[in-house]
Amino acid sequence: MNHTEIPDDMYREHILELYKSPSNFGELEKANHEATEHNTICGDEITVQLLTENEIVKEAKFSGSGCVISMVASSLLTDKIKGMKISEVLKLNQKDILKLMGIKVTPARIKCALLPLEAAKRALE
Amino acid sequence: MELNEKSVKKLKEDFPIFKNNPGLVYLDNAATSQRPSIVIRALVDFYEKENANASRGVYTLAEKATERYAEARKVVANFIGANPNEIIFTRNATEGLNLLSYTLTSIIPQGKNEILLTEMEHHSNLVPWKQLAKSEGFKLKFVKVKNDFTLDMDDLKEKLTEKTAIVSVTHVSNVLGTINPVEEISRLGKEKGALVIIDGAQSAPSLKTDVKKIACDFFVFSSHKILGPGGIGVLYGRIELLEKMKPFNFGGGMIKKVTLSETEFTSPPERFEAGTQNIAEAIALAESIKYLEKIGLDNIHDWEIELVNYALKKLKEIEGIEIYGPSENKVGIISFNLKDIHPHDVASLLNDSGIAIRAGHHCAMPLMNRLGVVGTCRASFYIYNTLEDVDALVEALKKVMEKFGK
Repeated sequence: MNHTEIPDDMYREHILELYKSPSNFGELEKANHEATEHNTICGDEITVQLLTENEIVKEAKFSGSGCVISMVASSLLTDKIKGMKISEVLKLNQKDILKLMGIKVTPARIKCALLPLEAAKRALE
Repeated sequence: MELNEKSVKKLKEDFPIFKNNPGLVYLDNAATSQRPSIVIRALVDFYEKENANASRGVYTLAEKATERYAEARKVVANFIGANPNEIIFTRNATEGLNLLSYTLTSIIPQGKNEILLTEMEHHSNLVPWKQLAKSEGFKLKFVKVKNDFTLDMDDLKEKLTEKTAIVSVTHVSNVLGTINPVEEISRLGKEKGALVIIDGAQSAPSLKTDVKKIACDFFVFSSHKILGPGGIGVLYGRIELLEKMKPFNFGGGMIKKVTLSETEFTSPPERFEAGTQNIAEAIALAESIKYLEKIGLDNIHDWEIELVNYALKKLKEIEGIEIYGPSENKVGIISFNLKDIHPHDVASLLNDSGIAIRAGHHCAMPLMNRLGVVGTCRASFYIYNTLEDVDALVEALKKVMEKFGK
């Protein structure tokens, strides 16, 4: 094994780019749903704010601090759910998130990838 | 045996994990150590050749198991300068602290209602006391950590009062590697009539322990951090205190006499070891202790210091690295962060190079708050780590920085 070689399974170019300039980072002026989730392993916090109208997500933003995986997942998820029905958002699962990210996430890091989805679902429930 | 790059490489051959995981750079020893084959074999040997329940049967095999278990207790006692009847086998250091949190109220004098801890405690030496505070109305106080990553002893002196019932302090911080002045803390605690508990989970692996010299009342540590098997730990207690304390668990093996209306408990240490003990694990733990003693704890600590100083020198060359730990009086633990890169991202990327480090809050969230970080990366060394391992770590960290465009 070469000690200095870093294969980029999780940390591909598109992931790192998105980490540097994520979409929907910040706070909504008007939000009617909000929830914060904690990652028990590292103490990270992600807050998701949503504005819904007629059972549809109109606006979505996230705030907090986290690792590449949780920040990128937050960015992709908030993009994805804008325009979706609340009932559809509640049906999203781990597979959907990994498909959005387009990378393999190691078992120990799955929690990071799911943090924003858990927050979004809790906000809507 | 003096440890150096050459002798360590030879010694590493005693550990099958490295044969089975070629290229593994294991730098998470503060979480758990690896096991030499002699310890693994002790477990297998007992189950294959000597297995029977201890302290119960009268047949040869059971007598042998009883004898081996008693011998193991002697080895452990000798390891920390205690008497065998002062050694209670627990599940781990955490259980030792829980045992104390459940039973100490039976020997705390009236009028004492404060527990003194520090900001650098592991959750295992924090959460049990918070529970006790809640259920029994104790007040918790915390000794501050100074900016040089050592305990603020002036603050300790101020917070220690006639009302202090318990002082419970870690010997070595699992995050910072700081060695705390436990002898002085014990002396100060005793002057105020407090019970003094030392959490030795991180000191037992590389500091020669003498509980009589520390003069503490209780001392806990885990087997799995000192090359021993999992599922067993040790609680040392001063015999005069153990004799007065109520049991923690109840059941077989800890009674003198039971009638339907009354139960008379046996003496320590059996009083605190209800049920069938981890006999094979105790025997294997004794093997790990013999292995460590053969190398010599002082030699182990010296090698850790050599590794840690070499690592610090090289790590400081990385621009944007922040290191959390004292400049002296420490063990082989280094906590750090790379500027604006989350510790978990660093650990995941290092894993791709076969390097195992820990990242996160290390079960010390109040200390993370004190440091003003969500988490840190932690590299921790032990007897089989080499200077080459340090080089691999530093090279891989530089690659991580490049990856993030820094």
